Amino acid sequence: MFKNITLGQYFPGNSAIHRLDPRTKILLMILYIVVVFMVKQLSLFLLCAVFVLGVTLLSEIPLSYLLKSLRPLKWLIVFMFFLNVFLTPGERVLFEYWKVKITLEGLRQAAFISLRLIMLVSGTSLMTLTTTPIALTDGLERLLSPFKRVNFPAHELAMMMTIALRFIPTLMEEADKIMKAQLARGADFETGGIIKRAKGMIPILVPLFISAFRRADELAMAMESRCYHGGEGRTRMRVLKFMPQDALAALTVAFLGILIVIMQAFVF
Amino acid sequence: MPIVVSSLNYTYMPGSTQEYKALTDISLTVRDGEFLGIIGHTGSGKSTFVQHLNGLIQPTSGTVSVDGFQMADKKQRIKGRALVGMVFQYPEYQLFEETVEKDIAFGPRNRGLSDKEISERVRESMELVGLQHETFREKSPFELSGGEKRRAALAGIIAMRPKYLVLDEPMAGLDPKGRKDILNTIRLLKKRTKCGIIMVSHSMDDIASEADRIAVFNGGRLERIGTPGEVFADSEALLKMGLDIPQVSRLALELRQRGVEVPEGLFKLEDMKDFLLRRLRRV
Ligand SMILES: Nc1ncnc2c1ncn2[C@@H]1O[C@H](COP(=O)(O)OP(=O)(O)O)[C@@H](O)[C@H]1O
Ligand SMILES: [Mg+2]
Repeated sequence: MFKNITLGQYFPGNSAIHRLDPRTKILLMILYIVVVFMVKQLSLFLLCAVFVLGVTLLSEIPLSYLLKSLRPLKWLIVFMFFLNVFLTPGERVLFEYWKVKITLEGLRQAAFISLRLIMLVSGTSLMTLTTTPIALTDGLERLLSPFKRVNFPAHELAMMMTIALRFIPTLMEEADKIMKAQLARGADFETGGIIKRAKGMIPILVPLFISAFRRADELAMAMESRCYHGGEGRTRMRVLKFMPQDALAALTVAFLGILIVIMQAFVF
Repeated sequence: MPIVVSSLNYTYMPGSTQEYKALTDISLTVRDGEFLGIIGHTGSGKSTFVQHLNGLIQPTSGTVSVDGFQMADKKQRIKGRALVGMVFQYPEYQLFEETVEKDIAFGPRNRGLSDKEISERVRESMELVGLQHETFREKSPFELSGGEKRRAALAGIIAMRPKYLVLDEPMAGLDPKGRKDILNTIRLLKKRTKCGIIMVSHSMDDIASEADRIAVFNGGRLERIGTPGEVFADSEALLKMGLDIPQVSRLALELRQRGVEVPEGLFKLEDMKDFLLRRLRRV
């Protein structure tokens, strides 16, 4: 039951995109988000779409897999679309019946908001699909390390994220197992009012918490017995290094941004 | 009436990149009151298979019926599930109540039994697993030792009085004494209630001495099923699958390799002793 949730959803591969430095990918993702928010013209989303498709092709991820990452958001997108269709004030009426009025402006605004959301999610998904969670936290730690001077706990933060990511699947598996065990004892999680259902969760939550604490304890012990004492003086097995491809990727996204700014200023 | 499994296939996470076919075309019948041992390599699909027996997972294709109740049907599944007790691997992780007594009562209470009936069943199942009622009933399940926890969890299933009891590696991770306690409980239970037992185990000696029939899983398929005599007769095939064989079968194998003619189907310690004594006298 918990198995169907894919978190961190890394898609294994060794494409050009997979091999980019995680720091590059994090920074370029932020830049891409800024670019998407700069778009004010519906037609310019076409450029973003071309960019996303290009990256998808390069990353060798099947398009259907990328679309799957949009699935959890489909209701949000549908909801936002209709909200904007009906609530945007406008002059050019296309359709009117009783109090319901659909205008060209409304339709345009709805398409705009939905497309922006789709572009944002698909673009950022590409990053999590092509980067292992470990590389991601590693990159994040390195990006944040300048702030260590002002006592920002960059290493600790990254370590916590790594551990959390590592244990999410384990805990899901465990929750699944405990749930099955209690179901086999005739537990009922599905019927009854809200209070009965909340109470029904106790036989799952108690063992789950106990096991989580036990695991945390064991992990702490294992780390300590291997002399872990924070990030100080720690060397790395895989050292991150910027490569020419990273510069190329940066140029591509920058080009996309400049193109959009120019077209917005001069063409429209 | 038996548990009938026919042409069962099961695939984990179909349609995703991690799709994995765990079971292929399994058909077997668990007869009333029989002790069915299930052996197989780690990852051969034993746990996946036994979870089908009380409908916790549904086959990708094929059917499971328990005493005629179709487990694919939601209403019938509830009735079928009530007949099959399921002891998972490391069942002690399902303990959650404040006291041992309350935890054991969880299952019977979900069945809606009366308080009197429940306390009777708790007492009885605690005695069966060898936990003294007076000493243990008020204790927190979390302060018990590993072996005691396991027995408390087992009692929680026994208290539901299943007609079939499924045990998935019930002795894994216990010390020799703990293993013996569990095995004794299973024996006692079988003798008293005549319930059917389906036990997954890596201990060939236990399986050889207890089981009426043995099912051998290999790579998600049912490789063979038969009496211990039939299954252990071909010890070499089991060894090839990376499985252990009973110590007695191993001895028989070694003797045969050294030219001693040992009869087929010798896997019990007593039989082997008799055979060897007879043989030694003759020489
Ligand atoms: N929840 C699951 N999701 C995906 N694959 C699984 C899951 N559980 C088991 N498997 C896979 O199915 C196969 C059979 O597992 P299992 O039935 O647990 O084997 P056994 O109990 O014989 O060791 C294994 O290869 C395992 O990796
Ligand atoms: Mg198993």
